[in-house]
Amino acid sequence: MSGIKKLRYLGLLALFCVTLPVHAALNIEIIGAGEHQIPVAIVPFAGEGKFAQSISQVVSADLARSGLFRLVDPAGKAPHEPREVVYADWPGVDALAIGSVEEQINGRVAVKFRLLDAVKQTELVGQAVSARADQLRAIAHRISDMIYEKLTGDAGVFSTRIAYINRLDKVNRLVVADSDGYGEQTVLAINETIMSPAWSPDGSHLAYVTFEQEHAVVYVQSLLTSQRKVVANFPGSNSAPAWSPDGKQLAIVLTRDGGSQLYLVRPDGSDLRRITFSGEIDTEPNFSPDGQYLLFTSDRGGSPQIYRTPLDGGPAERMTFEGGNNFSPRYSPDGKSFVFAHLTNGSFYIATQDFETKQMQLLTDGGWEKKPSFAPNGKLILFASEAQGRGILATVSSDGRVKQRMFPQAGDIREPTWGPFLKQ
Amino acid sequence: MMKKLLIGVLLVNLLAACASQKPKEVAGEAKPAPAAEAPKAVEAAPAPAPAPVAPVAVDPLNDPNSILAKRSTYYPFDVYVVQDADKPVVEAHARYLSEHANRNVRLEGNCDERGSTEYNLGLGQRRADGVKKMLQVGGAKDSQIETISYGEEKPRLTCHEEKCWKENRRTDLNYR
Repeated sequence: MSGIKKLRYLGLLALFCVTLPVHAALNIEIIGAGEHQIPVAIVPFAGEGKFAQSISQVVSADLARSGLFRLVDPAGKAPHEPREVVYADWPGVDALAIGSVEEQINGRVAVKFRLLDAVKQTELVGQAVSARADQLRAIAHRISDMIYEKLTGDAGVFSTRIAYINRLDKVNRLVVADSDGYGEQTVLAINETIMSPAWSPDGSHLAYVTFEQEHAVVYVQSLLTSQRKVVANFPGSNSAPAWSPDGKQLAIVLTRDGGSQLYLVRPDGSDLRRITFSGEIDTEPNFSPDGQYLLFTSDRGGSPQIYRTPLDGGPAERMTFEGGNNFSPRYSPDGKSFVFAHLTNGSFYIATQDFETKQMQLLTDGGWEKKPSFAPNGKLILFASEAQGRGILATVSSDGRVKQRMFPQAGDIREPTWGPFLKQ
Repeated sequence: MMKKLLIGVLLVNLLAACASQKPKEVAGEAKPAPAAEAPKAVEAAPAPAPAPVAPVAVDPLNDPNSILAKRSTYYPFDVYVVQDADKPVVEAHARYLSEHANRNVRLEGNCDERGSTEYNLGLGQRRADGVKKMLQVGGAKDSQIETISYGEEKPRLTCHEEKCWKENRRTDLNYR
């Protein structure tokens, strides 16, 4: 990067970034903003200063990261109950979040929260919960989800989790973390490659691939018990697991019969059935939300492109025709579009394509951007990127307007994937 | 509050800018390639004095001047067919395997990083399978050959440029 360009870059970052460094496993930068940012004020909750985790700070950081909100500084005003709110004090604010945290006799904490419509002067949503003090972050994310849903009409994804691989020297760790990078938990740490983690639809299991047995083998591991099972260990490569929407089968890729071909198998390794018969490289299957189709990458047309095949038989259909190569397709949660990695002129971009219009839309400026996956609300896309010579996490809103980069404290991040909504 | 945030932002960005001044390629180049099997290293080595032993006792696999000392085939981008330049190498290994039924080889397919990890796993497998086919045509038995793919996971060189990529697009013949 030239000096001038770098200066401009720094200027841009200084203008648009918010960094959220405190104790995060990942440092986060945000660039850009939604078209219409909703002005909200998050008032510090009464009593929250007594706890290690400030709820209003977590909520503010969540909303800021989405790019859809403009956070208005309460400037010292601190109402905690609706009767304490003087609406005239909040000009230009659409909504106001207030609440309190209180220690209870049993060692638990009681959290009260209300979201007020500052224009209509009414309560939009409110909740009171009792929880352990170490659950305050989770409660804050739930509050963020409620605010996001009330004000945008879409479900929030602040309570969801992500999985990725962190590679530091020889050690590969399969990591599960909150969507903001906190609460990292190592699921598996080995001195061999781990790749292609895939969440079960209920979020209870991860399927993944490792080279522990000198070649690629597919495993499924429970996140509750840590127990794991081999799903496929045939000669050659066993890889690219993807869960069906009902969680009862996995699409996987085997090379045992020549080429790389798609198969279905139960998560316990039984009932193996072959799906494609191209003899070429067919890989990276992904189920449609209705479970009827698989999107996949194939070089059957001479270069890697995205194809779709019905699961009840019938021919595969080529989906991408734009110049360059296309990889790693994932359906949007509503099934109307898909996201993929687009390689052209030596750069990888994250792109989406609508099934109806067949229009490709580039969402990023290009670089080393791979393995995109949708957040379960379809509004954000998580992908692997590179900055300062390191593998990092990045997100982009599905309209391409808001971008985030998340830097690990150590090592390279690769193969990220966004987890499902969790039933509560 | 805002001021603090802004200073924090500037600090982080300054740090980031410092870190980004280190050119990427240096890391890759500084690491010496695992050259034990690299054909170039073998070619560059001074020719040892001819060993005056009876030919029966010499396993040609251990002769650094033999074509069998070459243990890799190389490919253009997104190609898995054995290239003409490497055919004599593969044919020589096929002859050797057919004459040494007790020897086994593992073919390890590798790729450069321009693809998805999964696509490259498939491509590396096809590269290894392509060498296997040639070995079999040349007289080696199926039971002597194992094929695996490392995809883009075990690059010999790690820069994001063709000088590294071309070293990483290869199949290694690893005798076991």
